[in-house]
Amino acid sequence: MRNAFADEILKLALADERIVVLSGDIGNRLFDKFKAAMPTRFYNCGVAEANMISLAAGLASSGLRPVCYTITPFVTTRCLEQIKLDVCYHNMPVTIVGTGSGLSYAALGSTHHSFEDLAIMRSLPSMNVLAPADAPELRAAMRWAFAQKQPAYLRIGKKGEPVLTEDTNFTAGRWQRLRTGSHATLLACGTILGEVLAAADLLAKENIQVAVWNCASVKPLDFDTLSNLNPAPVFTIEEHSVLGGFGSAVSEFLSARNSPPRLIRLGIPDEFLHDCGEQEEARLHCGLDAASLSSRIAAEIA
Amino acid sequence: MTSDLESRAREIRFRLICMSHEAQSAHLAGALSCVDLLVALYWRILKIDPSHPAAPHRDRLIFSKGHAVSALYVTLAKLGFFPEENLARYNQHGASLPEQPCPQMTPGVEWATGSLGHGLGVGLGMALASSIQQNPHATFVLMSDGECQEGSVWEAAMLAPKLKTAPLTVLVDFNGWQATGRSRDIMQMEPLAEKWTSFGWDACEINGHSMQEILSALEKPRDHRPRAIIAHTTKGKGASFIEDDNNWHYRSPSAEEVEKAAQELGIA
Repeated sequence: MRNAFADEILKLALADERIVVLSGDIGNRLFDKFKAAMPTRFYNCGVAEANMISLAAGLASSGLRPVCYTITPFVTTRCLEQIKLDVCYHNMPVTIVGTGSGLSYAALGSTHHSFEDLAIMRSLPSMNVLAPADAPELRAAMRWAFAQKQPAYLRIGKKGEPVLTEDTNFTAGRWQRLRTGSHATLLACGTILGEVLAAADLLAKENIQVAVWNCASVKPLDFDTLSNLNPAPVFTIEEHSVLGGFGSAVSEFLSARNSPPRLIRLGIPDEFLHDCGEQEEARLHCGLDAASLSSRIAAEIA
Repeated sequence: MTSDLESRAREIRFRLICMSHEAQSAHLAGALSCVDLLVALYWRILKIDPSHPAAPHRDRLIFSKGHAVSALYVTLAKLGFFPEENLARYNQHGASLPEQPCPQMTPGVEWATGSLGHGLGVGLGMALASSIQQNPHATFVLMSDGECQEGSVWEAAMLAPKLKTAPLTVLVDFNGWQATGRSRDIMQMEPLAEKWTSFGWDACEINGHSMQEILSALEKPRDHRPRAIIAHTTKGKGASFIEDDNNWHYRSPSAEEVEKAAQELGIA
């Protein structure tokens, strides 16, 4: 997905001279074409991510459209106050892109894990929070973000994510239904969608038909879909802590309704992961691989 | 030829003392220490137009020591950014002059400061934008010495010399105190100017209450480096009983104290 990001931002910036790319000293070769084409609109801000955010806010206040790019924990938890005050409080149209989200850098350990970014970013007023499932959806989400005049946070993967969507018209606040089914509803958020679709296939083999939604828009939620959500039970699946993220956001909305459906939040347990291997092994450890998901879902439905 | 500026500064200091008394608000001493810097900037240096506070080519001043914003408000009022009568409602609920600044609420205020350490990074962004957009203007960031304890200041300071930006100037109101003590007792502040120089800035130290020295530092020719002016000041400058007494970080003056200040400042 990071290659798609680099390619799309190049396209967008060639068409919109307001776009400026700021990087926290990563992705250097990734932006070679960008730097060659637009040398005054790319800046490596060094290993100083909080300042990168403030700098972006200053650029945006003068009418530019900056995007801040580095590994997710370094562009979220590391710079929270700058995002809260300089970007959100001033409603500056800064786009923050966190790469390698969730378990994408599993083998590097907790310093490179992001299990809390959705929880934190969605709690900030003015911030749009998006978790595209694949490269095409990322590109569409980027086009959407740069057409708005608000801050946006995009949580993306790293590389090798399968193409799962055919979305070319991304809109915040609208989810896509990819499968229908009458036994349960699965709401997948972000790049975990691939495992969720595979889980749906495994469940189908047991004659369990589940609806599957791709829910890239975490803030705003798709309130229309949530208001008419069926069938129960509902499962949310995210490569993020079960505390505070997409599932919690859905739970906040549903719990106020009359007779809300039963909601089970699947995600990363509330713990730091140690020695969990690469993303595939880490997902297994957390029960987020297709086989584990399908047996956990089947067990809840039985 | 600075007597008009000095007279202006006395006028502003007295107004600040009155406002603090009327609103019973804190942070008077930190506001008083930066008055001369503000007067020099706003009456001699900044290219701004009070009737067009959002003009794209305006010079920007970020008042990063947001707790002392009352000094900025009086300055802006005297220049005509908003009616001087508004100062009577400083820090009142629903008025347009909140105790920590907010650009949406007050013309002439560039950034909502109040949490120290943000102004320089934002100002650096504005100076960079000026260069990218080929929209020439100058950017100034007024900070406190305590504020220089925030790590975010040094991230910005270390990056600034590497970016080709329009002119960027930091003024540090070095009054020697912070909320709970002398800044040099709490952190290793000195040598402060040398710290900026070592970060690649064109740094100098001045008496922050001498209009001549302030203007000299602001007007001297620049090289490619961003500029840092370390202005040694007295916290509470203007009334003898307020100067260098850190209780005045928090307390507001009585009516008698206002009268005493008027006498000292030569205000009728």
